[in-house]
Amino acid sequence: MSGPVNKSRRNTVIAVAAVPGALTGAAIVAPLVASLAPSERAKAAGAPVQVDISDLKPGEKLNVEWRGKVVWVMKRTPEQIAAFEAIPASQLTDATSKKSIQPDYVSAKTRSITPELMVMLGVCTHLGCSPTAKFTPGEIGNDWPGGFYCPCHGSKFDLAGRVFTGSPAPTNLTIPPYKVDGTTVVIGVGQDGKEA
Amino acid sequence: MATKHASMFTNPLLKWVDDRFPLTGMIKEHLTEYYAPKNFNFWYYFGSLALLVLVLQIVTGIFLTMNYKPDAAYAFGSVEYIMRDVDYGWLIRYMHSTGASMFFIVVYLHMCRGLMYGSYRKPRELLWIFGMLIYLCLMAEAFFGYLLPWGQMSFWGAQVIVNIFSAIPFVGPDLAVWIRGDYSIGDATLNRFFAFHVIALPLVLIGLVAAHILALHEVGSNNPDGIEIKKNKDPKTGIPLDGIAFHPYYTVKDIVGVVVFLMIFTIIVFFLPDMGGYFLEANNFIPADPLKTPAHIAPVWYFTPYYSILRAIPPLFGSQFPGVIGMGLATMIFFALPWLDRGAVKSIRYRGTLYKSFFAMFIVCFIVLGYLGVKPTSVWGQFGDWASILDTKERATWVARILTIGYFAFFFLMPWYTKADKTKPEPARVTMH
Repeated sequence: MSGPVNKSRRNTVIAVAAVPGALTGAAIVAPLVASLAPSERAKAAGAPVQVDISDLKPGEKLNVEWRGKVVWVMKRTPEQIAAFEAIPASQLTDATSKKSIQPDYVSAKTRSITPELMVMLGVCTHLGCSPTAKFTPGEIGNDWPGGFYCPCHGSKFDLAGRVFTGSPAPTNLTIPPYKVDGTTVVIGVGQDGKEA
Repeated sequence: MATKHASMFTNPLLKWVDDRFPLTGMIKEHLTEYYAPKNFNFWYYFGSLALLVLVLQIVTGIFLTMNYKPDAAYAFGSVEYIMRDVDYGWLIRYMHSTGASMFFIVVYLHMCRGLMYGSYRKPRELLWIFGMLIYLCLMAEAFFGYLLPWGQMSFWGAQVIVNIFSAIPFVGPDLAVWIRGDYSIGDATLNRFFAFHVIALPLVLIGLVAAHILALHEVGSNNPDGIEIKKNKDPKTGIPLDGIAFHPYYTVKDIVGVVVFLMIFTIIVFFLPDMGGYFLEANNFIPADPLKTPAHIAPVWYFTPYYSILRAIPPLFGSQFPGVIGMGLATMIFFALPWLDRGAVKSIRYRGTLYKSFFAMFIVCFIVLGYLGVKPTSVWGQFGDWASILDTKERATWVARILTIGYFAFFFLMPWYTKADKTKPEPARVTMH
């Protein structure tokens, strides 16, 4: 080798090598990143679930697994319905569920198709724990009307899944798409035929 | 290691190695000719102890993987199998679980030492950053490892932490699904957390520890007086007058620390392996149940100060993101310390009342937030009816909010109070107390 170094030629060679090098790097990383997404088997496991509620008595709650999450199916008593309907809107973060997830066909007041039958995702909208049933009025604090209490970060919900102010949860508990056929509840397919 | 050292060995085999590998050079640069200040005190044990715990965790961890099964159907059972049927499996597992908590005790004391003596100040900023990266890596390691026994706390702890990512606006929910590899915590999550816990993060951790030690040996150790021993060198040898060789002086001192540490460590392993529910939580002896969150759930003690901050910050604009930001900031803010501190002196020994008050307040905030984090928010009861105007009547939540402000005040007001502080003059040479 003799003579001065041709810097511009050297930089061109570096650029020509670097661009395919970077593309090769990206081509190696992309499948690795993609492999972490849910597999086809995991995606296929999201089928609707049927629940038989013929034995469900007023005041009782069933825990059903749907897509790896817990769904509560509960028959609320008239007293329980009256108790949550009496809660003033000022104590609730989202009293009319405008910011919360629920299908169009559920009543805005009871957050259900029929007032008694509650179908709700038992997953706290804060960080995903499953709130504990605290149905007895006064169970946690004197003015407690009965509802759910999240053991992870202390969020409180009424029996319509509406979050009380002062809870870290930002929105009400989610109502999944569901439909009722006699004594069977189908979770994952809505009254309007739409799937989740 | 650019300089070639004459071989320190007479043994022909070691001489042969020395001609082909910088053995003498490494021993001299990092041990026998690394000069550390002669005034190290009690607080200087924790660096070497952290290294000891790292080795213990790696060795016990390797042996645990020989019997553990990273499968949602078998994981819980395989841990019980290790505890009951594998010879000395209980000992290996308890050493590993105790080691996790002891790692954090040692690292928190090590960081506290850095805060007290200003060890993060120039020229040790990068050393501090490497240390902070080790701390973050350790938190990730602890989090991934905690899922592996597949108990109730494992499951719901992971559920909460992964959902923290879903609070990030726009990309959050998809990001959380991507992290889990499923729509809820499941087998795919367990499998990948195992991979991160036993391969990916330990490799990163070892690399960072090497970088931390190399950076330390480049700039030299700080000391309780916070003054640079390199300013006073022997004119003939170039060795700092206040420096002593790491080996044998500090290796021997550190062995004393190791003996005391192992006494405490073994007492815990043999007599208090769950440490009253703080090192191993009772609910984790129940297999994971995706349909039921335990009635009392709290993270392991070393995460609780941050957990308290997360829980204390109320949602804003219908989003829990502010709490997540607060918690993230509380861990990350340590990175900024070298640039927040504008004090004339490094060590707390020569700082004034102002700094000492803020420092004391920070330690109190950290410890009380940690305490509140292991308790339910109802621990201190409720305020009376007058408090209906507040968003919550729980006393503990309000205390946690005030302490959160105190925690951040330590950092955000630091440029001001370190500058306004009435400091004492530093001595020219290190002092021995």
